[in-house]
Amino acid sequence: MPLLFKTIFKNRGEAYAFGAFLLLLLVILPLALPVFRLNLVGKYLSFGFVAIGLVLLWGRCGVLSLGQGVFFGLGGYCMAMFLKLEASDPVTTAIQSTPGIPDFMDWNQITKLPLFWEPFKSLPFTIAAIFVVPAVIAFIIGWALFRRRVGGVYFAIITQAIALILSLGIDGNQGLTGGRNGITDLRTMWGWDIRSENAQYILYFLCVGVLFTIALAAKYIINTRLGRVLVAIRDREDRVRFSGYDVAMIRTFVFAFAAMISGLGGAFFVLQVGFMSPSIIGIVPSIELVIFTAVGGRLSVLGAILGCLIVNFGKTTFSEAYPDLWLYLMGGTFIAVVMFFPNGLAGLIDLAPTLKMKAAALSARFRKNTPASSTSIPATDEL
Amino acid sequence: MNSNHPNVLEIEDLGVSFDGFKAVDGFNFYLAQNHVHVIIGPNGAGKTTVLDLICGKTLATSGSIKFKGNELRGVREYRIVRAGIGRKFQNPSIYENLTVFENLELSHPTGRGVLGCLMFRRTDVIKNQCNDVAAQIGLADKLDTEAGILSHGQKQWLEIGMLLMQDPEVIMLDEPVAGMSVRERTETALLIRKISKDRSVIVIEHDMDFVREIADRVTVMHLGKILAEGSMEKVSNDPKVIEVYIGH
Repeated sequence: MPLLFKTIFKNRGEAYAFGAFLLLLLVILPLALPVFRLNLVGKYLSFGFVAIGLVLLWGRCGVLSLGQGVFFGLGGYCMAMFLKLEASDPVTTAIQSTPGIPDFMDWNQITKLPLFWEPFKSLPFTIAAIFVVPAVIAFIIGWALFRRRVGGVYFAIITQAIALILSLGIDGNQGLTGGRNGITDLRTMWGWDIRSENAQYILYFLCVGVLFTIALAAKYIINTRLGRVLVAIRDREDRVRFSGYDVAMIRTFVFAFAAMISGLGGAFFVLQVGFMSPSIIGIVPSIELVIFTAVGGRLSVLGAILGCLIVNFGKTTFSEAYPDLWLYLMGGTFIAVVMFFPNGLAGLIDLAPTLKMKAAALSARFRKNTPASSTSIPATDEL
Repeated sequence: MNSNHPNVLEIEDLGVSFDGFKAVDGFNFYLAQNHVHVIIGPNGAGKTTVLDLICGKTLATSGSIKFKGNELRGVREYRIVRAGIGRKFQNPSIYENLTVFENLELSHPTGRGVLGCLMFRRTDVIKNQCNDVAAQIGLADKLDTEAGILSHGQKQWLEIGMLLMQDPEVIMLDEPVAGMSVRERTETALLIRKISKDRSVIVIEHDMDFVREIADRVTVMHLGKILAEGSMEKVSNDPKVIEVYIGH
């Protein structure tokens, strides 16, 4: 156990930061916010799953995916399909021409539940699918691309195209997927009403718990040899390859892992927000997910989660007050991050001691009028 | 070593063309066990391309590369490395943000798969091996130094050390003494002599004095083809070689 702890946290500071963040999410926010706002926090945190994946994939391994919304969406749709089927029992839907199938199918003259919907009647299958479907699809895409050494901008463009294809595909098949409206009017999970205040509290805490378990797992990966190999691949791909590592396989694994946890995030999104639609998985949301991660800090697991919270709080607050200005503000923030603090908010923590030292040196110089010795502080991006 | 294969590496009729330009053509090369075999030749002769072909970075268009009797053509790079062929790049290629120790450790052959990486533990055996190699390459007192701040020569040695960690049967060094001081060159020559005691080494080099110091056998390349081959003495007296290369 101490070994595991040591692998996850490199120093006490990191463990305290984790503890403080958990305290904020588990105690302070639930006490301070009404359930409506807390539910919004839960929604933002569901993006945190994707952000953690991007920290591993983009920050550590140097592979920028502009299509993470795809996997968020796949997980979300799996969850939504189960909930929709449960909400479409023959009694509730007796008014339809075909009772017992989702309402949007009935509107589209579909008279029988499509075959691929059938297994989603089972909750265990659905939970398994939330993990497996995004991971397997990412594995196939990753294997095909990384094997052929597709990387950098090309990879980003292809993933973006996949996001577009999926959102258009869902959009264009209204009878099978609910189309542009998405899958709405979700009510219960195994008879448990997910819309009640009580359920929203429980789902929030569940979401935080699972998110932090994943965050610890991600930190574990970062601090094992795999984490070091990821950074090595980012910085010196050829050297890693000629040290006998299968670079394509390692990248594919990270891509699939990131996809799997993104799918989990999508499932929590659906449970807490109560619907799923193609507008949440297309190009724009996929890029937004990258922005959240960049603002928070693409090298830092905690930073990325924080980025999701801060940018989304900003989005809610500002877009309520100045809906026109919000997009400019977000764009500006992103540019500022890229230009001035490429490691995001978490990167500022590394700068702080340096600044403090400089300030101290300056004041000492003024006070005693002696030249300050230059000091350098090693950067830590492990938070 | 299996006595059926006195040569570790047997390359026959190797060729590669890029859009019709034959960078390497009809190249035959036999690497004897525990030999230091140096490839020399003017710029553009195809020396680095030969290394690229052996290690799988470039795919050959003709011929065969046999390592202990097994064909290497078409085998993926990381598998060639795992089979026992290590390669150093022309510019020192190390992980600048990691310490010397971490650079060496990352090159250790245990746990190179995804799961292996997750399960990897820094055991005493691995630590000792890193220390031993660091001592061999003269960086024993620099284990905790960030590799990025090493001198150019030390970076070259570190990369050789990273190859030694893999314990390959064949080591390929692309201009290992480029940018080194005279003293560093002498030390590198000693290092190469030492590591060739239990493995074969292919070296690409320009510095003739250095080649004279280390080479058991020399192959001279010109325009993608072999111009001459043999001992340094024989090669340096070859009129063709003098004309295209040494004489200038």
